This record gives sequence, structure tokens and C-alpha cells, in this order.
Amino acid sequence: MPESILVVVEQREGKLNRVSWETLTAGQALSAETGWALQAAVAGNSVGALAGEVAGKKVTKVYAVESPKLDPYTPDAFAAGLRQFIETQRPNLVLMPHTYQVRDFVPKLATAMGRTVISDCIGYKKEGAKLVFTRQMFQGKLAADVSFSCESPWFVTFQNGAFRGDKVEAGASAAPVETVKVEIPENVIRNKPQEVFKEAKQAVDLTQAEIIVSIGRGIKEQKNIELAKQLAEALGGEIAASRPICDSGWLPMDRQIGSSGQTVAPKLYLALGISGAIQHIVGMKGSRTIIAVNKDSEAPIFEIADYAVVGNLFDIVPPLIEEVKKAKAGA
Amino acid sequence: MKILVCMKQVPQKDAPLKLNESGTWIREDVSYEVNEPDAYALEEALRQKEKHGGEVVVITAGPSRSQQVLREALAKGADRAIHLEDQAFVGLDAFNNARAFAAAIKDEKFDLIFTGLQSDDYGYAQTGVILAELLGWPHATIIMQIEKTDSGIRVKRELEAGYFQFVDMPLPAVLTIQSGINKLRYATLIGIKQAKNKPLRKVTMADVQSSVTGNLQKIERMYVPQKTKNTEFLEGPAAEIARKLADKLRNEVRVL
Repeated sequence: MPESILVVVEQREGKLNRVSWETLTAGQALSAETGWALQAAVAGNSVGALAGEVAGKKVTKVYAVESPKLDPYTPDAFAAGLRQFIETQRPNLVLMPHTYQVRDFVPKLATAMGRTVISDCIGYKKEGAKLVFTRQMFQGKLAADVSFSCESPWFVTFQNGAFRGDKVEAGASAAPVETVKVEIPENVIRNKPQEVFKEAKQAVDLTQAEIIVSIGRGIKEQKNIELAKQLAEALGGEIAASRPICDSGWLPMDRQIGSSGQTVAPKLYLALGISGAIQHIVGMKGSRTIIAVNKDSEAPIFEIADYAVVGNLFDIVPPLIEEVKKAKAGA
Repeated sequence: MKILVCMKQVPQKDAPLKLNESGTWIREDVSYEVNEPDAYALEEALRQKEKHGGEVVVITAGPSRSQQVLREALAKGADRAIHLEDQAFVGLDAFNNARAFAAAIKDEKFDLIFTGLQSDDYGYAQTGVILAELLGWPHATIIMQIEKTDSGIRVKRELEAGYFQFVDMPLPAVLTIQSGINKLRYATLIGIKQAKNKPLRKVTMADVQSSVTGNLQKIERMYVPQKTKNTEFLEGPAAEIARKLADKLRNEVRVL
């Protein structure tokens, strides 16, 4: 079998998850550097059309890995079905986006095959013949280059935004698509999933906001949120928050920015008292301008800030509100 | 319900981290705390016990300092603790940690095993899922709610962008628990006192050595991340910073 890289593209309820284009971009880069052929696969019940969409990109082949038991998604079915497929294909590398669904099954799949996953990677390096994968440690404070100490297939998941989905190369012509049926025996699937649903009605669509003032644990108490709201109002922006604020019920869940909440890319993201944990950063790192205020000079948020203030937000925000009001009054 | 909670001790959130001499790990002279998602997992186990009766057992793998995590859990209401005590556990990958856990609990009969959804040091989010596969149990991840049903449990899985999904599962099962599933309790003085008399079983690396293999992955090096952004730090007294920020907002960001 010629050496290959397999990108497992994600579909949910019959639609391609767009983050898969990022994984494909990563696969194309790795393929160019290693010389290994790039292939893609999409798993589900009847996914030929989705495989066809992927075939428009620069890949050598796309597989539709099918079984009625792959719909709805369960970790048991996906691990069993993809294991069968990967054991026949024997790619060197298996790449996936680090989505909640992938996290739910890929460690099971790798373990069943006696392998391991290097997860939530933000990049890679080729060092001689060896590939190392870069990932964040300690919530972004340090980085680590990690290599595999086992045989292939090597499983890697990439963090949202680590590669540019809009940079994926189109193919000169459509790649061949092959349907592969996998057998998933009775009694393999133990979970019974119900319909996916959205919780509360979403009162605000933060993805449409041009200016966002976002608060983290540094706000300390619920009553202090008023200060941040005043700043948001003065700027004509929306208030948002990192997860702990919403978990505490201080702001409704539809104000949450991060992997479990909204992903935004406004003109201005003002982070007040937010440390910059990875789960939050993935939801806002695409913002055009990021301003961060935090007491801790080592806070990971400063890695991605355009303008940084190491200081107490309670000292900074009140005069800032005044300056903003002055400026808007035409000073 | 007999519930096992896998817990980890990690450096405190605001601890200043320094690389060790070989650049492959951190210097361990920092303050430690319980991995926050694991604290939520423990709280959920305690609430399930309060509702349905049973036992909550906590387990951790790490050097002697990590016993603190178990003591706090016992003080909060866990019934027993298991300490896989060895510095060597710090360097084990998730695969081998899960194998060590499985070996340590092989004579127990748990209905549920909880882990936090991921750790704040490695952030792999794998140990719980690997453990489920090793045990041959069903699992579900990023759980925000657990209810007992006639056939087992019904859990609420959190998905991205505000979506959720209920899943019915048989027992026994492994669940990875999301932060914010509940509100954490504080240990009471009575709880702290009672914790001293609760059983704490120590397990050595030698006891589980036959289950543990070499790591399947290796940290080649750790380093301070290279900055790709040109961050401008604004300094001075608060009033001056506010003025500078307003200038940036007007002239650079153009929102004023």
C-alpha cells in the first residue's frame, strides 16, 4: 500500500462540518512535505454526496464509509466502523478536527487499535524523517512538540483555527469517490441518542456584533458586570463572557464565547479579566483587534492581544468609559 | 450507585511555570490544586449519592503531593480513596494512566466512573474515553446532566454552539463531566475531621506495572510559545492608559 494520509471529514446530520476544510488544508500541507498521498473519508449512512463535495478539493481519493448503523452518531458505531476501514487502508496518519464529536470517539478508536492520539494540535514540524506535532499545555502557557513512539497509524486532531479552511486547495479535477460498506455487528452500539436541540432561545447573535466587551473571572462579583455593561453601551457593543461567568448564571448562556458557546470575529474584542484558556480563545482568536486587560502578566490572553494592559480592570474601565463618552460626544 | 471519580492534581491556575533543565517538563516547585473539571465530576458524584444512595470512591495517580486532592474529596463527602502513588505517574500518557486505573480497580464493581472532561495541564480530554474502551463499557463525554432511568441513565451531552443532546445509556458506564454542571460545595470542618478516618488505599507503580507499557507518545520538548502577534503593552497610571486606549480605539481600531 502506498503511504498515505487520511483526513476523516466530519458530517453532522447530513451536512459537512466546515472545520473539516481546515483539517484538509493541514493534510495537503503534510502531504506536500512527506510525499504521502492525501485521501479523505466521510462516515455515515448515505454520504456519497458529501464525499462528492470533498472530491472537489485536491485529494487523490475520497471514501464514503457507510453503514445504516452510523446514523445517528454514536461513539461505538464510529469507532467500530472507522476501525474496520482504517485497518484495510493502513494510512500512516489519520487527521481529524478537534470537535466535540471527534473527542467523543477517536480516543476509543485509537485504543481499540493499540494506538494513541495526539490531540488538539496547533501545528506540526518535520524534523528529518520524524513528524512532531505542536500543542498547547497548561492552558496555553507553554507549548509542547510531541512525537509518536508507536507504529502507524498515527492519530492527530487539530484545534479549530489552527489551519485556514479558506486556504484549502481545489483539485484540478474531481477525485474518484469510492463507497465502502462497513459491518457493525449487533450489540456493538449501546448508547441511544435523542434529537440534537438548542437550549434556550437565543436572544442575541454575538456573531453579528462589531464590538464585544467580554468578561472573565477577573470581574470577581456579579454586581461588577454593570461596569462592563456600561463600557459596552458607551462603545455601542455587546456584552459577552467566558464560560465560568455563564456557569454561575451571571450572564445567560447565549453570551458565552468559546468552544461550547459562540465563535466570533468582531472588529473589536475587549477582554476584561479573561485569562485566555484554550476553550475561550478558540471562540475569539479570529477577532480583528483584541484588547486585553488582566492583572496577571503571564495570562495567555496576552499572546494574542494587539493591545495589552497588565493592570486592574476596576482601575482602567471607569476612566476608559469617560474617555469613550468624551470621544463620542465629538471631543 | 457505586461511583468512582478519577481526579488529577495540576499546577494552580495562576502559578508561574518554569521549564525544567531538559526542557521536557515544568519545574515542580509550584503550588498545586485539583483539576477544576474533576472537582465538578466529584460534586456530581456526591449529588448522585445524596439522591440515590451508594458510595463515592476517588482515585488519583501521582506523587505524594497529589494526596491532597484525595483528602479534599474525602472532606467533601467521598467515602474512600485510592492513591496510585509514584512520581512516575506524572510522565505517563493518558493511555497508560487509564491502564493503571483499570488495574487498580479490577476487583471493584462500580456502576459509574466519572472523570473531568479534560485536564488543565495536558488538555488531551482522553483518559475517560480510553478507560471506557479498556473496560469494555459504554461512555459519553462533556456531560451536563445525569438522571437515573429504569434501563440505566439518561445523560445530557453538550455540543458546540449551544446545542445539546440527551442519550440513554446502560450501566456500568464512563462519563466525562463538563465544568458548570453544578455548583461546587465547600468542605465543612466536620467533613475535614471525618476525612482523617476514611480509608485511603495506596497502590504502587509495582502493583500495576504489568498493565503499564511504555508511552505511545513522547514530549520532545516544551517551550514558551513563540509569539506571532506584535502586542503593544500600554503602561502608565490608569487615567493615562484609558487615554491611550481611547486613542487606539479612535485612530487604529476606528470604532470611535
